[in-house]
Amino acid sequence: MEGSLAFWMYRLDSWAWLLFETANMAALATLAGAGAALLLAFPAARNLGAGRVLNPLARRLLEAMRTVPEIVFALIFVWAFGVGPLAGILAIAVHTAGACGKLFAESIENTGLGAWAGVRSAGGSWTQACRFAILPQVAPSLLSYALLRFEINLRSASVIGFVGAGGIGEELYKVIAFNYYEEISAILLLVILAVFAIDLLSERLRHRVIGGMQ
Amino acid sequence: MGLRQVAALEQDVAAWMGARGMLELRGLTRRFGATVAVDHVDLDVPAGQMVGIIGRSGAGKSTLLRMINRLETPSSGQILSGGRDVTALEGRGLREWRRDCAMVFQQFNLVQRLDVLTNVLIGRLAWQRGWRSLMVLVGARFTAEERAMALAALDRFGLAETALQRAETLSGGQQQRVALCRALLQQPRLVLADEPIASLDPRNAQLVMDALRDVNRRDGLTVLVNLHHLDTARQYCDRIVAMQAGKVVFDGTPAALTPERVRAVYGITEQEFAAEAEARRRAAEPAPATLAVA
Ligand SMILES: Nc1ncnc2c1ncn2[C@@H]1O[C@H](COP(=O)(O)OP(=O)(O)OP(=O)(O)O)[C@@H](O)[C@H]1O
Ligand SMILES: [Mg+2]
Repeated sequence: MEGSLAFWMYRLDSWAWLLFETANMAALATLAGAGAALLLAFPAARNLGAGRVLNPLARRLLEAMRTVPEIVFALIFVWAFGVGPLAGILAIAVHTAGACGKLFAESIENTGLGAWAGVRSAGGSWTQACRFAILPQVAPSLLSYALLRFEINLRSASVIGFVGAGGIGEELYKVIAFNYYEEISAILLLVILAVFAIDLLSERLRHRVIGGMQ
Repeated sequence: MGLRQVAALEQDVAAWMGARGMLELRGLTRRFGATVAVDHVDLDVPAGQMVGIIGRSGAGKSTLLRMINRLETPSSGQILSGGRDVTALEGRGLREWRRDCAMVFQQFNLVQRLDVLTNVLIGRLAWQRGWRSLMVLVGARFTAEERAMALAALDRFGLAETALQRAETLSGGQQQRVALCRALLQQPRLVLADEPIASLDPRNAQLVMDALRDVNRRDGLTVLVNLHHLDTARQYCDRIVAMQAGKVVFDGTPAALTPERVRAVYGITEQEFAAEAEARRRAAEPAPATLAVA
């Protein structure tokens, strides 16, 4: 019946699926991006003596990844891999790596180097010292940054679909193009609700992580 | 190879090391800009000796030990062990040398958020090879033997029940003994202790010094220990090396370091020397707990 809630949300099932896809895109992109950030943050940190080649290289790479807007990466990846979620995930992951990498490196730079000297003096390699002397000390703040990033990425994932990168964004782009006002408002409402729910959940998790680790 | 043969071989090695000198420093020098922190130090340390290095603040004691472990790069001079030059080692060779000369620091240098057992197991890092080192790096998976070794070391110094606690929950004295356990897990030939008791109260200081001497006597490890207090050095060490402005100004038995000698070397009386050391200890001590709560 026209005007009823059922009519307004008549495609709820497929939209819910698209939203789920978007959330998955955000989660995967956050995981991949934070993983890359973790690997790059150690050589990028100024206090671990990664060397005159590796240190600036890692820093420049992180800078490049976070200064280029996500949408530009998305267009490049759509062109390279075709229309679909993969392009969206990659685009968000690259930007996440750049943004998180900087924060991770700063976290590392703020850690005392006593434990580092302890591991190195025992004959531990540079990598072993990163793993055993630094990582345990910075893990809570790194995790907290990554979760915060997940909230941001959910919004990015909704928008990035506009360029054909999959998920609810692509659908939103279509209904906007056809001026289907009911559908536009319905989808926007769903996105807002989803972002809101995930925001709440991840914030709870974040506080649990920080609180539990202190 | 039987146990007896192993023992015989170890004796051979020990004799050889003794003959060639466990540690020989030749004109070892370190400059920081205009300051010469360590100035042409020559020192021969035979295997099994417990050497106390004393000196006032800035004498170059820490720099000397850190150079031996190669945490600090010498400006000139040589470090030899068993006749082998270790001054210019790099990569794997350097890591194995560091494994052989374990460091103990004034501030313990444990990983505060890791449990005690893992902190001790860090002493095993330099022993990992091939896929084992990957297991350790990814999942901190040490072998059962290594974990047993770590527990035995902790048990030796009365710390077995703290094995699963975080290092940060331990007192300073306990942390320093954990650091000593980590050093032992390296299965080193030398222990370099840089003011290991300078931030401990007298009771814990005694526990740690007793542990160090036990490591020297029972395990036969050569120990170089930087100390503030002449009394501690006299009580525990076979030999005392006194430094002043980067140079060795006295090298002899504790009995030979008479109050007159101290005065001649440092230009201050032994009481003044002790007062200075005590002032530094108080400065290094963490603020009392009551203050932290307020
Ligand atoms: N990294 C450094 N950069 C510049 N100068 C340094 C450095 N490390 C040590 N020095 C200088 O070298 C000299 C010797 O320092 P060192 O720490 O070895 O003395 P120390 O005998 O251990 O003194 P303390 O009892 O205070 O620990 C001092 O003058 C110190 O200021
Ligand atoms: Mg010192």
